[in-house]
Amino acid sequence: MDVLDLSRWQFGITTVYHFLFVPLTIGLSVLVAGFQTAWHRTGNAAYLRMTKFWGRLFLINFAMGVVTGIVQEFQFGMNWSAYSRFVGDVFGAPLAMEGLMAFFLESTFLGLWIFGWDKLPKRVHLATIWLAAIGTNLSAYFILAANSWMQHPVGYRLNPVTGRAELTDIWAVLTNSTTLAAFPHVIFGAFVSAGAFVIGVSAWQLARGREKDLFRKSARTALAVTLVASAGVMLSGHWQAQIMTEQQPMKMAAAEALWEDETSAGFSIFAVGDVENGRNHINVQIPYGLSLLSTNTLDGKVEGINDIQARYEAMYGPGDYRPVVGLAYWSFRLMIGFGALAGLLALAGLWLTRRGRMPANPWVYRAAVFGIGLPFLANTLGWIFTEMGRQPWTVFGIMRTASAVSPGSDVVEVAITLVGFTLVYAVLAVIEVRLLLKFIRKGPEPEDAAGEDVPALPALSY
Amino acid sequence: MELTTVWFLLIAVLWTGYFVLEGFDFGVGILLPVLGRDEAERGTLVRSIGPVWDGNEVWLLVAGGATFAAFPEWYATLFSGFYLPLFLILLALIVRGVALEYRSKSDSTRGWDRAFFWGSLGPAFLWGVAFANIVRGVPLDADHEYTGGLLTLLNPYALLGGLATLALFTLHGAVFTALKTTGELRDRARTAARWTGLAALVLGGTFLLITQLMTGTAGTWASVAVAAAGIAGALVATLRGSDGWAFAANAAAIVAVTVTLFGGLWPDVMPALDPANSLTVQNAASTPYTLGVMTWVAAIFTPVVLAYQAWTYWVFRRRLTVTR
Repeated sequence: MDVLDLSRWQFGITTVYHFLFVPLTIGLSVLVAGFQTAWHRTGNAAYLRMTKFWGRLFLINFAMGVVTGIVQEFQFGMNWSAYSRFVGDVFGAPLAMEGLMAFFLESTFLGLWIFGWDKLPKRVHLATIWLAAIGTNLSAYFILAANSWMQHPVGYRLNPVTGRAELTDIWAVLTNSTTLAAFPHVIFGAFVSAGAFVIGVSAWQLARGREKDLFRKSARTALAVTLVASAGVMLSGHWQAQIMTEQQPMKMAAAEALWEDETSAGFSIFAVGDVENGRNHINVQIPYGLSLLSTNTLDGKVEGINDIQARYEAMYGPGDYRPVVGLAYWSFRLMIGFGALAGLLALAGLWLTRRGRMPANPWVYRAAVFGIGLPFLANTLGWIFTEMGRQPWTVFGIMRTASAVSPGSDVVEVAITLVGFTLVYAVLAVIEVRLLLKFIRKGPEPEDAAGEDVPALPALSY
Repeated sequence: MELTTVWFLLIAVLWTGYFVLEGFDFGVGILLPVLGRDEAERGTLVRSIGPVWDGNEVWLLVAGGATFAAFPEWYATLFSGFYLPLFLILLALIVRGVALEYRSKSDSTRGWDRAFFWGSLGPAFLWGVAFANIVRGVPLDADHEYTGGLLTLLNPYALLGGLATLALFTLHGAVFTALKTTGELRDRARTAARWTGLAALVLGGTFLLITQLMTGTAGTWASVAVAAAGIAGALVATLRGSDGWAFAANAAAIVAVTVTLFGGLWPDVMPALDPANSLTVQNAASTPYTLGVMTWVAAIFTPVVLAYQAWTYWVFRRRLTVTR
């Protein structure tokens, strides 16, 4: 493996890993804030105990998101210095905004929330968790604006003298159609993830007959959130796919293993492809499905891989402009499959628990526990599809991944950091999961649990 | 003022904020094994920074993001060039952050305390090494790519810089602990402040003097003097039992050290051994449009951030007592 491969693996591993924690942080922050609001409004102690129980799991997860996020801020410079020089003028802006507007907000107010239970007035304390949740969601917007610019660069010009991309319209970058579609997709996906987590953990508790009222409330809330969010994921995903068809037709064609331009194209369910010769051996399709999804008409034209390849060669010069078709095809399909399954489970769960009912069949609870994994698989596959489907480009149409890597990188050094991050991340994953399990098993604190620390003498007395 | 100057200053402010704030929570981590004799004391020490350490660390992330936006060439050269030291800093910050958040939730705290100690000591030393190298100049080619290796960075001057920041941050942690605790813990912190204060005065003083003679200007003589006076003031205030003044004086010293470093750097951001290849505020900068947009963002949000972070310190202003 060369520096480019190692750097790509490193980005892939560290980013996919980081994004295991991010969706749970985004979704759970709002759910916890919601529970605390319910306590504030109703005075029902069950909501306070829910806030503390889910809040603790949220914090265990949040810590991992924070520390793995530090690497994200710096690895563009470390492994992708040519990329950083080329795009910094445009790409750096949303990143800096994310730090200044979002990271400060979430970290500062979360500190206040954790340690402020007995130091702040109730209403102010409630505001701190909401501000932290807002910071977390805002952070997603800015980083998606940065990523969307790589998918669909807007609001810039190429400086012929320096050969660099220069920002000409920040508003265009922040309101990129790609961002506007990706943001709801990611946020709804985060709510499905957090919802599935709360459902699964609650089901585990309910199956053991523990804290029935508290976990039924939690599960019902999460089931509703997950169902609504799943619908949101589907609608925003559909919007995204239409934008992608227009902006990155190669990605869509690869996702569908569609080799030639077609009108009335079918939606592929299962295909065995022959990449070398640019065709499929087997392809099971829903007739007209792809044309309908991509263009809203039955006979709309959808571009195919071989035809796009020929057009791109004419536009960008010789080269292979196809992503890894099998990977794009299966990651896209499985993302949809796992995501849809999570939504269906939520629907079934809502039905089975309607009007005070509790299912007796233990498999219902087991399914809910296994269901926790579904959205995380879907999130991961979604990002693998988005990023791998854009290849060979780093910035679509203007910069190739191969020319983005740090030119001075040493293969041994990149290998050291790749192995180092991977090992540390693996160890931390084990610790994190153990800690989550410990506190899930322990269950909610009794009603009169004490606060975190006791105020003493004021420091500013000399 | 030119926008490139504004952003040079703003990035200096971000690093200053980072060193002043995370400086003391590095120091608390470094002093943890010395000051915390039992679990209750160690728990109190960690709680003293518990509400604020994450917010303090964001200053680093914003410094990184702001450098990316305002001086992409600087961001690219610095972090690809100082590759392995940065990797070590990142690893240290990862285990340290997890240790701080997980220690109170775990059955055994010993491993976490070790991670907190090394995760604080490593960056406290390595940031000094990194900044000494930035100020000293490193081999860059015409494309501003770093051409040295790891050993290039481990020169005596840079190692002295590392020891200087290590001593300074340890002192900062000692005076912070004296300010935030009571009883034996406070007494021990004040003893530690005396020793680390002397170390900071000698190591920091030597480092700043060499820096001043190497890159300094008439203006940075003033900041060198303020730095020395700040450390000395922290020592005197500690001896007289004025914990608040000791902390303020050492915070001023850290500000002055950062001012000396950035003052010596200007108008370069990363001088090269061959001056023709140096990165300057001009050739490393983004376009005036980007700098203009970011100036508006910073002008609006920096005061807001300062206000709510200051409020956080006000909320948690009370001393912590060890409860067993």
